[in-house]
Amino acid sequence: MGSPMGARERLKSFFQARYNLGGLGELVTHKTVPVHGHSLWYYLGGTTLVLVAVQILSGLLLLLYYRPSVGEAHESVRLIMTKVEFGWLVRSVHAWAANMAILSAFIHMASAFFLKAYRPPRELTWVTGCLLFFLLMGFGFTGYLLPWNTLSFFATKVGTEIASSVPVIGKVLSTFLRGGADVGDATLSRFFWFHIAALPVCLFFLLGAHLMMVQLQGMSRPLSVRSERAMPFIPNFLLRDLAAWSVMLGIVLALSAYYPATVGEKADPFAPTPAGIEPEWYFLWMFQTLKFFPGHILGLEGELVAIVAMGLAGLVLILVPWLDRPAARGQAHWLAWLAGFLTVFYMIGMTVYAKWFIARH
Amino acid sequence: MRADRPGARGFFITRRSFCQSALNGSLLAILAAAFYPILRYLKPPPGVEAAQSSVVAAKIGDLKPNSAKIFRFGNRPGLLVHTLEGELKAYSAVCTHLNCTVQYDDASRSIWCACHNGRFDLKGQVISGPPPRPLENYEVNVRGEDVVVTKTG
Repeated sequence: MGSPMGARERLKSFFQARYNLGGLGELVTHKTVPVHGHSLWYYLGGTTLVLVAVQILSGLLLLLYYRPSVGEAHESVRLIMTKVEFGWLVRSVHAWAANMAILSAFIHMASAFFLKAYRPPRELTWVTGCLLFFLLMGFGFTGYLLPWNTLSFFATKVGTEIASSVPVIGKVLSTFLRGGADVGDATLSRFFWFHIAALPVCLFFLLGAHLMMVQLQGMSRPLSVRSERAMPFIPNFLLRDLAAWSVMLGIVLALSAYYPATVGEKADPFAPTPAGIEPEWYFLWMFQTLKFFPGHILGLEGELVAIVAMGLAGLVLILVPWLDRPAARGQAHWLAWLAGFLTVFYMIGMTVYAKWFIARH
Repeated sequence: MRADRPGARGFFITRRSFCQSALNGSLLAILAAAFYPILRYLKPPPGVEAAQSSVVAAKIGDLKPNSAKIFRFGNRPGLLVHTLEGELKAYSAVCTHLNCTVQYDDASRSIWCACHNGRFDLKGQVISGPPPRPLENYEVNVRGEDVVVTKTG
């Protein structure tokens, strides 16, 4: 091991002589991870991160063969699935890792909520986390259309129509999303642009900020934990992280191998909507909520009320660190716990109900 | 293994170095498992458009004598020439030098490539310039109104 170490030392001193790496090294190595009964939840941020990395890599590969136009999109996805070697694997990994990323981010967020990780001084970590979650949903919504199949075409019609009931800016918003009055070639170009250009730029900055804050402040210790036990992030926790990542990658690969992504039928804008149109599972609870809203509430359009309510819910979510005042004083209030519990219960309940409801009709 | 150490027999390996090689080995295996399909994926699939062997290049009467037209042959251009003598001739329009598309020069009655001034005669042979090989010749047949160009060989 004599000469490789020498080379490494020489490389290190080359950079050290030119850039002050001491501060950077400090930033990387100073972080510790609290050790307690709830430590398991600390892995979910890392698994979400590695799934996002998988998405970037597999997405870059898909760009090699995908063509974003109505005439070619569906055909190019078919080409990837049937003609390109391992194309089915790359696309299935992209589809499954997307679902797992949303799931992992959701659990990460719920655990941060129930362990009150958002309390000062980590309010902005929570805010960027919420925005990142919305961003992931945006990735899901825009990516869903790209294979241009019947299911995604009509889901996008419905989704962008919902956007048009946003008060005041609704029409402008849906036209902006669709790139015109209807879902068509322009919508596909736009969704492609959102999916591979606009949203990734937002992701870069938000994720950078989120990770930087975690790195600067370290992980939050839950209120109930009195012990000061901790382990260094590097290498102790990182190695455990790596184990969690391999498990996650194993799950994604197994799902991709046993349940490869489907291509579906090419969308026909002039065919009637087939039965059983539904969005991705993580939008189902919203979809179901919309179905439950009556046509008119107190003289207002039901859709308008629903969308305003959901917008407010999103805002409340972002503002949690300032709404939960007892947590800032180090007290766990039952109301925050109940609100969180009911929200998660409602989302899961609605998703299950929608799956059951749609399957039955 | 140190044969000179007293009492040393067989192969010695510490627990630490065993774990280290096991970890490094599995990391290498993971990387290999990831890169193998990626490298295969990067290889373009065989052409989707089946290689066409013949195409209708023009209709009779489309071309005056001493003129030519470019036609599509699969996804490559071909050149159909109606000579001054009234003969129909067809070639690949892809210059053998650097893949530019050649054109018919009616003044000199030859085929000319604008990129690097390559020149071919009406048999497709190189007259001057950098092209290393003659243009590929196609067979021309007239079927009714259609001028059918066929790849030979």
